[in-house]
Amino acid sequence: MGSDAYISLKDVVFSRSGRRIFDGISLDIPRGKVTAVMGPSGTGKTTLLRLIGGQLKPDSGSIRVAGYEVPTLKRRELYALRERMGMLFQSGALFTDLSVYENVAFPLRVHTRLPEDMIRDIVLMKLEAVGLRGARDLMPSELSGGMTRRVALARSIALDPELIMYDEPFAGQDPIAMGVLVKLIRDLNHSMGLTSVLVSHDVPESLSICHYACIIADGKVIGQGTPEELQAHPSEQVQQFLQGQPDGPVPFHYPARSTARDFGLGGEA
Amino acid sequence: MLDRIAALGRLTLAVVASLGRSGRFLAGVLAGVPSPSTGFPLLVRQIYAVGVLSLAIVVVSGLFIGMVLGLQGYTILTDYGSEAAIGQMIALTLVRELGPVVTALLFAGRAGSALTAEIGLMKATEQLSSMEMMGVDPLRRVIAPRLWAGFIAMPVLALIFSVVGVWGGMLVGVDWLGVYEGSFWGNMQSSVDFMDDVMNGVIKSVVFGFVCAWIAVYQGYDCVPTSAGISSATTKTVVYSSLAVLGLDFVLTAVMFGDF
Amino acid sequence: MAQRTIEIIVGLFMIAGLAALLFLALQVSGLSPKAAEETYTLYANFNDTGGLRPRGRVSMAGVTIGTIDSITLDKDTFQARVAMSIHASVDNIPADSAAVIRTSGLLGEQYIDISVGGDLESLKDGDTFYSTQSAMNLERLIGNFASGR
Repeated sequence: MGSDAYISLKDVVFSRSGRRIFDGISLDIPRGKVTAVMGPSGTGKTTLLRLIGGQLKPDSGSIRVAGYEVPTLKRRELYALRERMGMLFQSGALFTDLSVYENVAFPLRVHTRLPEDMIRDIVLMKLEAVGLRGARDLMPSELSGGMTRRVALARSIALDPELIMYDEPFAGQDPIAMGVLVKLIRDLNHSMGLTSVLVSHDVPESLSICHYACIIADGKVIGQGTPEELQAHPSEQVQQFLQGQPDGPVPFHYPARSTARDFGLGGEA
Repeated sequence: MLDRIAALGRLTLAVVASLGRSGRFLAGVLAGVPSPSTGFPLLVRQIYAVGVLSLAIVVVSGLFIGMVLGLQGYTILTDYGSEAAIGQMIALTLVRELGPVVTALLFAGRAGSALTAEIGLMKATEQLSSMEMMGVDPLRRVIAPRLWAGFIAMPVLALIFSVVGVWGGMLVGVDWLGVYEGSFWGNMQSSVDFMDDVMNGVIKSVVFGFVCAWIAVYQGYDCVPTSAGISSATTKTVVYSSLAVLGLDFVLTAVMFGDF
Repeated sequence: MAQRTIEIIVGLFMIAGLAALLFLALQVSGLSPKAAEETYTLYANFNDTGGLRPRGRVSMAGVTIGTIDSITLDKDTFQARVAMSIHASVDNIPADSAAVIRTSGLLGEQYIDISVGGDLESLKDGDTFYSTQSAMNLERLIGNFASGR
């Protein structure tokens, strides 16, 4: 993937409140492809997206996005770079005091000086792309979870970004909404040539749309490659995650004292 | 024993760190002056939210406080035969102290807590984060208009409070208890000075408005983004604002009216 | 709500604030809208000014004709020297008028009352009252009375 990488992370170390979340992680995300980042809950997948977006700074290591070294960017440059990124938050993060239409129009109004009728055309086009042109006058509180995410998706592609990051797009969705999102992600990647990063722990959906995938656990990349390569990966840890076995290298039990001592059977207490 | 000392040290460090964070936060907010074309509508909307919507509670409290002052003042002053001085008493108390202080306390309870909860909820639902990812600085877009709105709305509310209070005092003193209207206003006018009393009251309310709005937006922005975190941040806003207002009131009064 | 409606309401709110300020200025603190009146300065020396304060009023026959500017101690005579600004329109105070410190009511503030004399000459800017009467000191009065003097 080397030279074709849109995002490349090298030896990134990040810790929060004393806990080391990434311990020298290296990862390349190719341009124009869908890359899935998977891993058990709590491994810092969302943190990874925030590092790429420059909302968090790593303790050490390099994060390059579109040729810019993100952690060293000045505020102004960082905000300029972010205009080329879109991010779909887990909760959708729509502005609750604005209607669906105004939500999608928000980035256009802030970053461009387009006339009102042009903004209207773009907004309706983006809403059409996610199939919600008819919902433009609703308020976010009137939308279902799946619709919220689709509106948020329309908003994050309003400025035609080069990169779009999805934070757990499938979490808590019913099968139909999930199917819609899978289709949208694939279509957007196709039609707009977007570089997509998908963070998820829904294995089948993620593997069905991604070109590349990587699995993170314990602050390290434990396996990466195409979906086929991953399915055939020799590592037990990878296999346990992909197949969802309850016990394996990732133990069922949270680390604890031995059973005998906790239940007072081992003699000396 | 050592544990206690360590706990004290930890507390001190936490307080200092929080003060530092809030100072840096304030600098960040004030540094970004939004362009007039986008900033003005946002500011107007926030003045509406924190100012106009607080008007009802301010007017009603002002009326009752003025009426109580009239009643109390009358019963005390009538013992000395100088009940005509209630005009002066009501006006001075309201303009110098109660106007700015009570309005600030009401403001903290009504508008400050709402600001904290709103911003905290925006943080919890990732709205601030997503704004940042869209290349929009939430400090400028969300926080700054709210801070300035508090700064502007507070003196206006305090002035209205004082006027309504004076009117309420007149209602009780003149219309009900029968103090002669001419001496009511005359005494008031000869003892209240525009610069020394009215303007100093306005300066107080400007300071209070700024401090209350600052505490409210900072607590919202800095809160732990969970429901428990937001509720504790809202409580903190009201408690800290009230304490800050009362403490600052003493300092400002000492500087303005204490001749030393 | 439409932005325009909100703008109008906020505009009304700000106008209400301005009106309140105006009310406090004119009706409560009695600030007269006309520019500060022309004044001239007169002086008076008192043995005891009692509770007299700067900004207190100077009146003649009960009508306010000026304000007290400053109260200082004359180190040569050990008397208090009071400077007063008198409205320029009152330019015919007879030269032998007396400045008397009085109290309004039992607890009221103290002010300077000018008892009119009969001289044909008038006091000019910078002149000093020839005769004055100091504040009535209740304690001294009682003391004198008790010691029979």
